Amino acid sequence: MKVSLFVTCLIDLFYTNAGKATVELLERLGCEVDFPEAQTCCGQPAYNSGYVKEAKEAMKQMMRAFAHADYVVTPSGSCAAMVKEYPHLFHGDPEWEEEAKRLAAKTYELTQFLVDVLKVEDVGASLHGRATYHTSCHMTRLLGVKEAPLCLLKNVKGLELVPLPNAHQCCGFGGTFSVKMGPISEQMVDEKIGHIEEVDADYLIGADCGCLMNIGGRIERLGKPIRVMHIAEVLNQRK
Amino acid sequence: MPMKIENGPFWKRVEENLQNDFMREAVAGMQDRGYVRRLGVIEELGHWEEWRSLAEQIRKHTLENLDYYLMQLSENVAKRGGHVFFAQTAEEANDYIRRVALEKQAKKIVKSKSMVTEEINLNPVLEAIGCQVVETDLGEYILQIDDHDPPSHIVGPALHKNKEQIRDVFQRKLGYTKSSDPVELARHAREMLRRDYLTADIGITGCNFAIAESGSITLVTNEGNADLVTALPKTQITVMGMERIVPTFEEMEVLVSMLTRSAVGQKLTSYITVLTGPRDEGDADGPEEFHLVIVDNGRSSILGTEFQPILQCIRCAACVNVCPVYRHIGGHSYGSIYSGPIGAVLSPLLGGYDDYKELPYASSLCAACTEACPVKIPLHELLIKHRQIIVEREGKAPVAEKLAMKAFRLGTASSPLYRFGTKFAPSAFAPFVEDGRITKGPGPLKAWTESREFPAPSKERFRDWFRDRQKGGNPL
Repeated sequence: MKVSLFVTCLIDLFYTNAGKATVELLERLGCEVDFPEAQTCCGQPAYNSGYVKEAKEAMKQMMRAFAHADYVVTPSGSCAAMVKEYPHLFHGDPEWEEEAKRLAAKTYELTQFLVDVLKVEDVGASLHGRATYHTSCHMTRLLGVKEAPLCLLKNVKGLELVPLPNAHQCCGFGGTFSVKMGPISEQMVDEKIGHIEEVDADYLIGADCGCLMNIGGRIERLGKPIRVMHIAEVLNQRK
Repeated sequence: MPMKIENGPFWKRVEENLQNDFMREAVAGMQDRGYVRRLGVIEELGHWEEWRSLAEQIRKHTLENLDYYLMQLSENVAKRGGHVFFAQTAEEANDYIRRVALEKQAKKIVKSKSMVTEEINLNPVLEAIGCQVVETDLGEYILQIDDHDPPSHIVGPALHKNKEQIRDVFQRKLGYTKSSDPVELARHAREMLRRDYLTADIGITGCNFAIAESGSITLVTNEGNADLVTALPKTQITVMGMERIVPTFEEMEVLVSMLTRSAVGQKLTSYITVLTGPRDEGDADGPEEFHLVIVDNGRSSILGTEFQPILQCIRCAACVNVCPVYRHIGGHSYGSIYSGPIGAVLSPLLGGYDDYKELPYASSLCAACTEACPVKIPLHELLIKHRQIIVEREGKAPVAEKLAMKAFRLGTASSPLYRFGTKFAPSAFAPFVEDGRITKGPGPLKAWTESREFPAPSKERFRDWFRDRQKGGNPL
């Protein structure tokens, strides 16, 4: 199966290991991975800030970049949810509406793709330790992917998965919210870290680098002994 | 109390409230308990998503035919001997009510369900003509006797006060001498209020749902005070926002069930009162005269715009009860009687961007509000629409942000510019990087690094790794 990777700007520039793990994981599961070089960003930073025109230019670039893809897979629930919004945003635009629908229909978040399309629940990964999973808001509420990541993590050998208290609550990232409303965002992430500590987790696993950058950045600042990992990295661990 | 709460600029309010540990603990406790309770009654009802769709459909249909249903309502109220007044502005509404009070030579007025009358700032108008105005919802009563402390939640207005603080207020203002036991406190309030019901000349209520087919109004309460407010005084005035209406009893039943489950996690409240016009011959109680004041106050200018869904709101506060921002900053930070996500959308619409331009940004867009809303208002999307208007029409966006977004557009709309721009990210950030992280960021990163580390850009972008790997044909 040929899969086109939409790696997201955060992974392209900062969290390259999550991108590498995604490629290796998909290849191990028999996919041929292609990386369309023309991709940039899904447009969300501009869209969520109210810069719709600017966002739409980025979105058009996305549609051009993935025009020939069969499946578009992305290791981010939030970016996948943004792409799923394209048909709504380009509704009534004769040039782009159909393209937007096509891209939205063939775009999958990584764990959703593994479970729903590849029908794999055990990827043969192993990682030793106690972990908890952060359900990012856009992935669960906007994209509706709730079970797939947990299903995959439950089958990771050696990993003790414990539920995160108040898991439904936002970590305080929210894109530009984290800088515009810094003091509020800080309180939110501190509450999240409090819950992670409550369950005594060695690992905090997530499927969105935005949330992980926020939670991880705060954990680092506070010097907490919690390792933050993208789910692709966990699923790509072999021992 | 007007819609706007005069308590300083946004950041001053937020900073103050972030320091208020008691308030934050009370809000978090309310949210956590409420979350479990609400999920419980939703589960018990079953088919929640279908109920939400039905409720949304009812609200949408009513708004699309609002003129028809309002006309039907007013005809039916008139048929039953009631008076109807359409008020385009807060002033018109207040003026009408003032005239009724003057005509009745009212000395004392009891009130219940006062949200919309707070929006139009009715009480000072009545007090100016010598009326004593008594709020009878327990939460509102506490705030009123505490020198008009503003409400901090649309369903539990005194949420920010604990029982000791309430005891102190009662001691100071009512000569109360007993303990902070909620039962004793409530009993005392009840004794005080009973006297007021019996001696009031006019009862004023809000309205949960008006029913067009019968000209009735529905009040949903747990305290039973609304029944006394509507049954005892000779004159009753109901003030309703013009959108708070349903076609028939059938839709009212659906929405009441959605309201009580979403607001307080109850199947039903203790009292659901339906009143139709003044007392009929042979009725044991009820007012001799009934007035319905239908308030526009900016609502009709929301109709037909992209913000129309906000008029679907049934004021349950489910969005407030799940909002992680409200959780930390509390209701007073919003500077409006409408707080939380509903307040962040509604306050700029009713009160303008000058006073409320920060509110659309006081959200991480986590969509917990949208998910909880029983009538499916896309609250987080409406917040983005506000942001869009602030940027495009109001021109109120900060210059640095505009520049950043111009750069974003340049950098993301074409792939060569993106590749060129991002290639130099590691060297551009290099002076700020230590141990693979940025602790004191420049420019917009400064706010981030106030409380968090920022990752250094990878030396090799993912795309470079992928290209090299393909060229080299390196196996895994």
